[in-house]
Amino acid sequence: MRSVRTKSPPLATKAVKPALRGLTRPQLHELHYLMLLNRAFDDRISALYRQGKISGGAFGSRGQEACSVGSAYALEEHDVVGPMIRNSGVILTRGLPIRKFFANYLGRATSPTGGRDGNTHLGDLSLGIVAPISHLSSLIPVLAGVALTFKLRGEKRVAITWIGDGGSSVGDFHEGLNLASVMKLPFVLVLENNQYAYSTPTSMQCAASKFSDKAAGYGIRGVTVDGNDVLAVHHAVKDAANRARSGDGPTLIEAVTMRMKGHAEHDDAGYVPTALLAEWAKRDPIERFRRLLRSRRLLTEEEDRATEDRVAREIEKAVMEALSDPFPDGPTALDGVYAERSEDRGPA
Amino acid sequence: MVRPDTGTRAAWASHSEGRSAESESPELPTYIQGITEALREELERDPSVFLIGEDIGTYEGAFKVTKGFLQQFGPRRILDTPISESAIVGAATGAALMGMRPVVEMQFIDFISCAWNQIVNMAAKIHYRWGRAVPITIRGPSGGYTHGGPFHSENPEAWFCHVPGLKVVAPSTGWDAKGLLKSAIRDDNPVLYLEHKFLYRRIRGPLPGPDVTVPIGVAEVKRPGADASVITYGSGVHLALEAAAALAAEGHDVEVLDLRTLRPLDRAAIVATVERTGKVLVLHEAHLTGGLGGEVAALIAEHAFERLDAPVMRLAAADTPVPYSDPLEQQVLPDTARVTSALRTLLDY
Ligand SMILES: Cc1ncc(C[n+]2csc(CCOP(=O)(O)OP(=O)(O)O)c2C)c(N)n1
Ligand SMILES: [Mg+2]
Repeated sequence: MRSVRTKSPPLATKAVKPALRGLTRPQLHELHYLMLLNRAFDDRISALYRQGKISGGAFGSRGQEACSVGSAYALEEHDVVGPMIRNSGVILTRGLPIRKFFANYLGRATSPTGGRDGNTHLGDLSLGIVAPISHLSSLIPVLAGVALTFKLRGEKRVAITWIGDGGSSVGDFHEGLNLASVMKLPFVLVLENNQYAYSTPTSMQCAASKFSDKAAGYGIRGVTVDGNDVLAVHHAVKDAANRARSGDGPTLIEAVTMRMKGHAEHDDAGYVPTALLAEWAKRDPIERFRRLLRSRRLLTEEEDRATEDRVAREIEKAVMEALSDPFPDGPTALDGVYAERSEDRGPA
Repeated sequence: MVRPDTGTRAAWASHSEGRSAESESPELPTYIQGITEALREELERDPSVFLIGEDIGTYEGAFKVTKGFLQQFGPRRILDTPISESAIVGAATGAALMGMRPVVEMQFIDFISCAWNQIVNMAAKIHYRWGRAVPITIRGPSGGYTHGGPFHSENPEAWFCHVPGLKVVAPSTGWDAKGLLKSAIRDDNPVLYLEHKFLYRRIRGPLPGPDVTVPIGVAEVKRPGADASVITYGSGVHLALEAAAALAAEGHDVEVLDLRTLRPLDRAAIVATVERTGKVLVLHEAHLTGGLGGEVAALIAEHAFERLDAPVMRLAAADTPVPYSDPLEQQVLPDTARVTSALRTLLDY
């Protein structure tokens, strides 16, 4: 229950009284900060793309910040995550320096992939991050394998990954989740149902009334939560992770939300009815959480403004640094196809 | 072939209709129009043809290949699916067995790996095992030079050229794009049709009329020459033509043979070009090791060894995944300068 980024002290050691749904006031502030950071990061990526500074695809997660931040914040430091393209909030919550994240989009030598891959496709096992590939659902069996290791070694650690409504139609979803279920692995799968897969509506992906109904077929717990309620997502993932840690096997969590922009920056999403977007705009996860905190007197106007300022400062500094970071040297492209150094081996 | 400048977003620019790419003859149709025309004409010509894929109907395809198709042909012939490449190819195979002629779109050819088993074990082996034709076409945007990174830059031809029962084609011009796609759709076998997304809106030229096809299995000399041959296909044809033009200024006469079909290879055309020039550079954008270049070199060694005046040279992408960042991608993929310098070595031999 902490962000590697912010290192908020766990409840037990501080003996601070929880203020809301088991979270202390500083922790609630961290959630607020992390969602703002998630959005500001994505907005800056969008701006960089429009300025022609990002040569590949640029993906955002506007409207889905609660899914990424709420779930990543529910994990322990030694848990392992497999974020997808809508999960910049997961990567930020895990504590990747913002500059390095920008550098990955910008193709710089200083990024976690050294320019070999872009966008959210980055891995850093020191932060417990396994990099995705573009092929949807392929991470599910891999994170099941991470969970399998935790189980074999008797470690109280959890593996988690995310999938879209569309990605749930790809074969590895089935094979990975089934394997994790049969083996009762400490695994959590968050399915972000954001109503669309590129231009394809959910009715074309799944004939069940809820995506969480799929869980029944695997004999595991399936829950559906409001994906725009950061506390609901946090609670669901915390609960699933606790069960996984105590040997109860995987949970499939469907977080119902909305992709508020196009699939990526090139897509104006003309196929999404504007009325639907307007409806979801009222449920913006950041505004909702802010209103909640303000109404419960858990966030002052000054604190709110200070958080906004902090985020703006951090983003500005990171993006400036990343833009001044060097591009990789061409010939380095030829190195590293094979593992030849002992420090490349997985952590024991 | 001109590389996109650092900082431009060529890969994703071609997603959107509005942006026009550079071209020498803007009045002529683009390469991608050749693909669209072939699909439209074959849909009009044969009621058993239908298209199936992700986001091809309402959205008209990630690259807008199927623009206007849903309106013209309706949802019984332009089928949007869940994201399920394996199920799409499997379903196409089932439909083909029942007398249909499905054309599958992979949103990016990279995702064809998810359909591997259905292609190489099911579709490709049916006719050999029990004598039924499987007339499916699988097409999709392939290739790099677009900062697409390791999962949006694939040239998967060698994976599939190893599979008996499949045919593999890779057009380099709009003419061939249209003519070969018509042949692929009319062919009674599973055909993998690899279109190059970097060429989509950058290459312009005339297109054949509705009744003209380009036959599968026939290579074409794109530029005749006497001093050396480049045997290539896809994007490599354009690198080779640029290199040949540069060398022509120095008095060298380089032939460019466009294979067009990669399985089955046109052995006669390969031997004939060796007989004309005696020096061969095999060029492809896919990785060197295990690539088509090795197969072509072996055919030459077997069938035209005495006609060689120099060892066969190969130029291909480095044996690494295709990286995202511009300087790295440039390092890994072949370019005109490297083709020119390889040809110089060959000409000086
Ligand atoms: C196997 C595979 N097929 C196709 C694609 C191309 N593609 C990338 S994202 C996407 C839509 C994904 O939709 P969803 O899983 O709902 O996630 P969202 O984008 O809504 O977060 C598609 C079709 C892919 N990445 N992988
Ligand atoms: Mg979705």
